[in-house]
Amino acid sequence: MAEKQHLHLHVNGEPVDVVAPIHNTLLEVLRENLRLTGTKHGCELGECGTCTVLVDGEPVLSCLALPIELQDAEILTVEGLTEDGKAHPLQIAFAETGAAQCGYCTPGILMAAKSLLEKNPSPARREIEEALAGNLCRCTGYIQILQAIERAAAGDVGKPISV
Amino acid sequence: MMRLPPFRYLAPKSAQEAAKMLADHAADEAMPVAGGTDLYPNMKRRQFTPRVLVGLSRVENSRGVSGSSNDGITIGGMTTLTRVEQNELLQTHYPAITTAAALVSAPVLRNMGTLGGNLCIDTRCNYYNQSYEWRKSINFCMKKDGEICWVAPSSKRCWAVSSSDTAPVFIALDAECTLVGPDGERRVPVKSLYEHDGIDFLKKKREEILTEIHVPKVNGRRATYLKLRRRDSIDFPILGVAAAIETAKDGTVEKARIVLTAVESAPVEADKAEAVLVGKKLTEDAIEEAASIAYRPAKPLDNTDLTNAYRKKMARVYVARALRELMRAEP
Ligand SMILES: Cc1cc2nc3c(=O)[nH]c(=O)nc-3n(C[C@H](O)[C@H](O)[C@H](O)COP(=O)(O)OP(=O)(O)OC[C@H]3O[C@@H](n4cnc5c(N)ncnc54)[C@H](O)[C@@H]3O)c2cc1C
Ligand code: SF4
Ligand code: FES
Ligand code: FES
Repeated sequence: MAEKQHLHLHVNGEPVDVVAPIHNTLLEVLRENLRLTGTKHGCELGECGTCTVLVDGEPVLSCLALPIELQDAEILTVEGLTEDGKAHPLQIAFAETGAAQCGYCTPGILMAAKSLLEKNPSPARREIEEALAGNLCRCTGYIQILQAIERAAAGDVGKPISV
Repeated sequence: MMRLPPFRYLAPKSAQEAAKMLADHAADEAMPVAGGTDLYPNMKRRQFTPRVLVGLSRVENSRGVSGSSNDGITIGGMTTLTRVEQNELLQTHYPAITTAAALVSAPVLRNMGTLGGNLCIDTRCNYYNQSYEWRKSINFCMKKDGEICWVAPSSKRCWAVSSSDTAPVFIALDAECTLVGPDGERRVPVKSLYEHDGIDFLKKKREEILTEIHVPKVNGRRATYLKLRRRDSIDFPILGVAAAIETAKDGTVEKARIVLTAVESAPVEADKAEAVLVGKKLTEDAIEEAASIAYRPAKPLDNTDLTNAYRKKMARVYVARALRELMRAEP
């Protein structure tokens, strides 16, 4: 009774055709059909944020989104952050400040941060905290994550780190 | 992976069409879905297994805010909480609404969750918001698949908790909503949507779609919403207090609304405390008196976060805080 559906999606700037059961979430289709395993699955219940991707530039939880509703939308995953094989400044900043330890929360946080910086290029720390409220990290204590986003926002990527 | 159970997906273009689709199926067979942020987690836990989902995302004219503070405003049921929270008209004239919307979970969830969905979310309980296996291990409970209530074993009803952050605010503002059925629509007070029953907590017909919320003109009414939860960044309310007052020129209270949420299976209006305030000025004494009465109808049970005794105590504290906020906002 699992009805399969032909889906036309736009992922990371490219049109893709997928055949998948309608009840498969965007997270499942990204990871299992498209093999884009950069987007992580955590709670799968909307509580942790690790599955965050951008839909038309806005962060959404792919574990609670149905692909059939997103066929007109532009979906961006962490794989789409790099340009011409070059890491995004946020990614470099994360590496520089040690904002990723186990790295499980990182893809979701990078996407939420990218969306924030596009709307608000120099956010106050409180604004970063608010934008990331739905993204849990068990490792870093968040400080390095906030510093990394501030670093990327300030254009300080590549500069020496002052401790 | 925790996967959704299989379903067929229908995409109506109007609310009436959606209502017809729902009416064409037996109860439990078909459900509407808006943002899915409440329904999908529940479906993954097998609290609902509809064979048909009626998706509201393509319903036309169901989003946005219109009207003015002088005439009252209308908010489309499919408006996301982010859009509600960021609407300037609401921010300026109905700040309690934007405050409550902004206190729902985290920004990423508010990008998906809708206002109509927020008013219709399922009631919550520690014995219910659990995986299928967890629930099975305690032999389920009355709300789904089981016989008894683990919170109140001698109870004939379920006490799962009404947890919408915006519902108490709309009740405090005397808002109404439009419900569209297969054969027409009706307009009812938001307050009358709710029932004191953790299982049948909505009084609307199951096929009715909530398309609009209507908030009366401001008319000098000041309102606020305060929320208690463990983690301020993401949690559901374990207590919410919406308060609103209208005062005469000399500051005498003419109308008062105090509505508590997350203390029962429906939002609870503290009418005795409201009556105490009317005809008085909003002084520290009047506030203490009202708060000491308002928290009494709160019946928190041991089925959400933190202890019920603490939550009951905090109901009194939060009512007083909310009223003090309104006192300070005196025009
Ligand atoms: C981690 C997490 C935290 C949350 N925290 C909060 C919180 O703090 N406060 C809070 O209030 N909520 C919270 N929620 C619940 C939920 O995300 C929001 O209430 C949201 O607004 C629900 O809207 P939705 O469109 O996603 O609803 P859906 O999940 O689509 O629907 C919810 C219910 O309403 C019905 N429904 C939806 N739209 C309509 C309509 N227009 N007419 C008739 N029936 C309809 C559906 O059939 C379903 O039964 C949280 C959820 C999660 C996963
Ligand atoms: S209040 Fe009782 S019946 Fe209702 S969900 Fe909780 S344990 Fe189950
Ligand atoms: S996996 Fe989507 S929020 Fe946790
Ligand atoms: S780095 Fe491990 S969860 Fe964030």
